[in-house]
Amino acid sequence: MASLTPTVSIGDPRTALGGGGGAPPVPLRGGGDDSARYFHMRLRRARLGMAVGIIGIVMVFVSFTSAYVVRQGMPSFDPRTNSLVHDWLAVPLPRLLLINTFVLLLSSAAMELARRQTKRQVALAQTAAIPGVSLGEEKQIPWLALTAMLGLIFLTGQWLVWRELAARGFYLSTSASSSFVYLLTGIHGVHLLGGIVALLSASAACLLRQPLDSQFVVQDVTGWYWHFMAILWVYILCLLEFVH
Amino acid sequence: MATREFAAHESHAHAAPQGFIRKWVFSLDHKVIGLQYYFLALSAVFVGMLLSLLMRIHMIWPNATIPLLGDIKPETYVSLLTMHGTIMVFFVLTTAPQGGFGNYFLPIQIGAADMAFPVLNMLSFWVTFLGYIALLAAFFVPGGAPLHGWTGYPPLSAVPSAGPGEGLGADLWGISIALFCLGALMSALNFITTTLDMRAKGMKLMRMPLTCWAWFITAILGLLAFGVLLSAAILLLLDRNAGTSFYVPLITVNGQVLAHKGGSPLLWQHLFWFFGHPEVYIAIVPAMGLCSQLVSVFSRKPIFGYKAMVYAMLSIGLLGFMVWGHHMFMSGMSPYSAFAFSVMTMAIGVPSAIKTFNWLGTLWGGRIRFASPMLFAIGFVSLFVSGGISGPFLAQPTLDIPLHDTAFVVGHFHLIMGVASIFGIFAATYYWFPKMFGRMMNESLARWHFWFTFVGTYSIFMPMHYLGMAGQPRRYSQFTELHYLDRLIPLNTFITFAAFVTIAAQFIFVFNLFWSMKFGKKASDNPWEATTLEWTTATPPPHDNFGGHTPIVYNGPYEYSVPGAPRDYVMQTDTTAVPAH
Repeated sequence: MASLTPTVSIGDPRTALGGGGGAPPVPLRGGGDDSARYFHMRLRRARLGMAVGIIGIVMVFVSFTSAYVVRQGMPSFDPRTNSLVHDWLAVPLPRLLLINTFVLLLSSAAMELARRQTKRQVALAQTAAIPGVSLGEEKQIPWLALTAMLGLIFLTGQWLVWRELAARGFYLSTSASSSFVYLLTGIHGVHLLGGIVALLSASAACLLRQPLDSQFVVQDVTGWYWHFMAILWVYILCLLEFVH
Repeated sequence: MATREFAAHESHAHAAPQGFIRKWVFSLDHKVIGLQYYFLALSAVFVGMLLSLLMRIHMIWPNATIPLLGDIKPETYVSLLTMHGTIMVFFVLTTAPQGGFGNYFLPIQIGAADMAFPVLNMLSFWVTFLGYIALLAAFFVPGGAPLHGWTGYPPLSAVPSAGPGEGLGADLWGISIALFCLGALMSALNFITTTLDMRAKGMKLMRMPLTCWAWFITAILGLLAFGVLLSAAILLLLDRNAGTSFYVPLITVNGQVLAHKGGSPLLWQHLFWFFGHPEVYIAIVPAMGLCSQLVSVFSRKPIFGYKAMVYAMLSIGLLGFMVWGHHMFMSGMSPYSAFAFSVMTMAIGVPSAIKTFNWLGTLWGGRIRFASPMLFAIGFVSLFVSGGISGPFLAQPTLDIPLHDTAFVVGHFHLIMGVASIFGIFAATYYWFPKMFGRMMNESLARWHFWFTFVGTYSIFMPMHYLGMAGQPRRYSQFTELHYLDRLIPLNTFITFAAFVTIAAQFIFVFNLFWSMKFGKKASDNPWEATTLEWTTATPPPHDNFGGHTPIVYNGPYEYSVPGAPRDYVMQTDTTAVPAH
């Protein structure tokens, strides 16, 4: 009986996705080619995992967006007039949100600088390992700490925004629109808090002087996540500001 | 080659644990985590079956007093129904095929040492476990378990004062669902990354066993669907506890006007069913993959149309996201929307038929070995057809409207989603037990189990179609006083007795499972003469799956009866030249 599954000999077996830019092309632990491949494998895997995770988070916010749009266009029953009325009450967003947005974008830039600084350190590590070559002491800027600090300032700012909204009489349950403002900012804040935990873990990796490649992998995926948080926030702000 | 082996060892970063806690409780090993999921599902299925038995008893003997429980009141009946559905859908049908067998065998079948993120894998299980505990806790809180059915429709599910189980019990239900979603999302992330990034040398995507394709596609469905249910559950919990009105309109409960206004119960239905329909495929696609595997192994033939099988599963997954509205024909949707949902739903019949014909095509002319895994695989095909054929009925709004709230739907989804998927779990257990535990399960007991379960489940769920067409409503706690249904009571009594027998038969399975772990015949490394990678390694597999090396894959997964080969099967790792066809 003939086999129906085509079976061919392997020319150049590809085992995984491969590729992925931006990684330093050097062995990092002095272990030669294997070490570099191991590093690339870890980086690729971590990035892939993060990308898949981001898709999951996107689906959460896609659902909230659809709920937001549907609820906005829906009439509600008014017992006083005994009729259906459009009760969507636009919430005037505090100007502080713009400052918060600026802070978060700044933190995203700091995160990128942190990532690039470590990438540079990793790239220089090979040169520094050559006998007789000295690169001198390079001043390290604590970008990671700065990113985390800006993240905390953003969260504090969001809390102040909530207080301002409450002072104006907009609470979580006041109206559908205010519920969505609290919901979207709150869930984004929870995700950002997760990012701050990741930043602390990346900082701990630096302080504990873990191998540079491990530091870079953690910082790289934390950077992806942090940038995503910034983009997500800009999206949420545009949704709240322009879609009503 | 040395480099690949290096990579494999390095990727298996955690060493074999020695202590009991790290080895069996907070384990990072995908095999142990797979078993944890499996046994969680096994305990859940018995709770679920017990609840269904209580429901069946109440339906025909509404005044019976149950020992320890006393009388079953109408609200108790509805809470049994809610908990039965929730436990079975989430903690059995979603947990065992993907979390259990997927965790155990995906890495081994693609030649990896573990999942991509072992710590995340452990977290996935424990979050799921917490969700299970939260759900069971709902039985024991004041007011008892919730009443709103597994679909949790508001306003009933969103108003704590709406009924006795809608207080803390319903909160626990919502928390349980949210935790389950978190666990499922983390698990999906792991499955997708593992499949894309950790395949052994030579294991191209189109060389993966169809089981791996099924787990991969299920993970994608889970990633896209559980995020939506998580959002819906968050909104529900806010409506219940924070006074928001996402789902609750202006409403009066027990004569009191509630503070909510303007919410939309339909919003929940849209979000829920956007998850809910893909959930059907999350439950059954792993069984499809497994059935394809077993039909090929036990027919000693390559699977008929490997690529067609892959594309059919992908199209079923894709179409599954476009048909949620067919659960809502009763909601007063525009007939144009209903028509679109109807057409998309019936389109799913095409890839489903492709799969069915390919299974039959594989069986055709094969040298079939009727071992117990194969019996359950054939049983799966039978149930898939019997349960699936009523799908196109319900996909038509004009038929769905009279049938929707009847036992017809109960019969339909139990056959296609419940029992078919459970047959997949049984088939997987009988097939992989030798690899997992190093011993064979008792074949005679397995056959008894198969025939009792096969005949029993058909006896339970097939008549429900007739009951539904005769107008028997679903979710009613009592209908013995509805005189137009009097003539259906004998059939209902028959179903209840069939349920007794079928559930009793499951103890044969449990006995066989545990007895065989200790006393079963010792299994060889490849007792079924199969070709995939799990059968190339030791039994049970070592901590790193392949004992310090990484397999290299030269052949497809279904090389049976290959002309010129020394045996009637060629392992995926065999270097023997196999001619291309």
